[in-house]
Amino acid sequence: MANESLQAKMAAYTAKVEKAAAKNPERQNLVPNRLYTPLDLEAFDYERDLGFPGEYPFTRGVQPTMYRGRFWTMRQYAGFATAEESNKRYRYLLEQGQTGLSCAFDLPTQIGYDSDDPIAEGEIGKVGVAIDTLKDMEILFDQIDLGKVSTSMTINAPAAVLLAMYIAVAEKQGVSADKLNGTIQNDILKEYAARGTYIFPPKPSMRLITNIFEYCSKNVPQWNTISISGYHIREAGSTAAQEIAFTIADGIAYVDAAIKAGLNVDDFAGRLSFFWNAHNNVLEEVAKFRASRRVWAKVMKERFGAQSPKSWMLRVHTQTAGSMLTAQQPDNNIVRVALQTAAAVLGGTQSLHTNSRDEALALPTEDSVRIALRTQQIVAYESGLADVVDPLGGSYYVEALTDKIEKECWEYIKKIDELGGAPAAIEKGYIQREIQESAYRWQMEVENKQRVIVGVNQFQIKEKPAEGLLRVDASVGEFQKSKLAKVKAERDGAAVQAKLAALETACGDEHQNLMPFILNAVKTYASLGEICGVMRKVFGEYEAHVSL
Amino acid sequence: MERHIRVLVAKPGLDGHDRGAKVVARALRDAGFEVIYTGLRQTPEQITEAALQEDVNVVALSLLSGAHNTLFPKVVNMVRGKGMNDVLVIGGGVIPDADIPGLKEAGVAAVFTPGTPTASIIDFIKANVK
Repeated sequence: MANESLQAKMAAYTAKVEKAAAKNPERQNLVPNRLYTPLDLEAFDYERDLGFPGEYPFTRGVQPTMYRGRFWTMRQYAGFATAEESNKRYRYLLEQGQTGLSCAFDLPTQIGYDSDDPIAEGEIGKVGVAIDTLKDMEILFDQIDLGKVSTSMTINAPAAVLLAMYIAVAEKQGVSADKLNGTIQNDILKEYAARGTYIFPPKPSMRLITNIFEYCSKNVPQWNTISISGYHIREAGSTAAQEIAFTIADGIAYVDAAIKAGLNVDDFAGRLSFFWNAHNNVLEEVAKFRASRRVWAKVMKERFGAQSPKSWMLRVHTQTAGSMLTAQQPDNNIVRVALQTAAAVLGGTQSLHTNSRDEALALPTEDSVRIALRTQQIVAYESGLADVVDPLGGSYYVEALTDKIEKECWEYIKKIDELGGAPAAIEKGYIQREIQESAYRWQMEVENKQRVIVGVNQFQIKEKPAEGLLRVDASVGEFQKSKLAKVKAERDGAAVQAKLAALETACGDEHQNLMPFILNAVKTYASLGEICGVMRKVFGEYEAHVSL
Repeated sequence: MERHIRVLVAKPGLDGHDRGAKVVARALRDAGFEVIYTGLRQTPEQITEAALQEDVNVVALSLLSGAHNTLFPKVVNMVRGKGMNDVLVIGGGVIPDADIPGLKEAGVAAVFTPGTPTASIIDFIKANVK
């Protein structure tokens, strides 16, 4: 055997260090082996397992030249209070060299309620910008050329409505839909499993999603119609392998649904995109990104028979892990985010949001957001990490870990297939329970100090309460309500009613694509709450099954 | 027989972040409490009703959306309004330090912010349930 000499040397090394470790114990509970060598990659085949960047199975990246062509899109997730305030923040970020927009909406908007709904009380403008009608969207993108910027919108259950508003604003700016670039999250399955902003039951939700796939493939061809998200699954407490496994299982469900709705896989698969978390363990994260691309490429080529290389590519947006930010010694978060940024870049992300140091306390201030953006720019321009394609490719450890995460991912996909696919696995509570287990294990590891979080369970100091946090003024709610009342008084009420009635009829007919009806309603300044209200009436609402 | 402390873990408002609520619920259960978790999107009315129905000693609110100054006092008032004067109302989540005195004044017995060990919550409940 070729590796006989190496095996003997490895055995000698192990014997030697075991003896040393008996005297000076190594750190406990570490999962990886101590050392990786070619022995860990005996089955490794370069051309089969890695290949070249921009080629199947895309382990090394989706573009041939990666960041030597251009850097990832630096895209800070932002939005708070009113459209007026958020528009100012967007223009500030663009002036600071950000290259794409990412809109955060408040919870009433994400769940399809207007600001004047009693259920919205206390939540208006808090975690994002409040959008009630097209008027708010016009203000949000005032003086921002939608033909030039790419915009990502974190919107799921009412994604069709916000996309329609975006298309309508663009039209008013003289930009046609086929010129628009951006993404809607539009990933309802992870809302049921981990994020919580669902409205409708799974069946009509999946219909809305496939309607968007179809509409965009014909009318908004450069738009990313979904961002299949592991981010929130990870935030809810999953492991790295669970993050990509559950997300790819969701992706399989969307592709299945679209094919069942009569679409050709290569007509829509190229516009599917993903969303990963960049967590603290740098090399594990790099391996996760690489493994996810390889798994998705195989799924699309082998399982779905996609022919176009674009359909095989897992293109990904990344956000650094919010749940890893500490409220203690918040400036330490700048360092955490820098390492997470390194992981995302070494992993080959297409775009990135970096969290701000103060986000375990409140929404970030302008100063904090600038530091977060500068972190990306420092990694891009100064660190050298972006100079070579997949610089960790060939590392014994990273390749072994990539294989291990891929294997775990396939095991989960098999298990979920056996349960009837991701929607059934969520319905049975399987995915939620797996995530909860991991979250609880993590918390216990922190509490018994098997896992050290600097400043939280070790290296604590006495701290003064944080100062200078961003506060969303309570007057935002009243301002937003009066703006909505004014729009409702000035619009053509009969036109609104007619378009809402047409939408209601279309909702009842499964063969209708709802996008044109929603677009027509939006243009009459029908509100988000009114449009979602019509759909709630026809589709009903999802009721979560809670298990602990 | 030892009396079991009964805790309602509740998510008021529209916030969907329930990692913390679920971890706390499980830790409280492991500590020997009887725990009921409401699930997401509960109005103060629903939480109060559940507290009454389940005859709990503690209502533990979790909120990360920033709506705590509106929703926590509302729950306290409703719980008291229904005559549950001995029920301990506590809260947790992403809550700036500056808001804590106001919440305590409104009757929230304690506020637990990110990084709190579950043991501190358990100890607080044991020490303060009447």
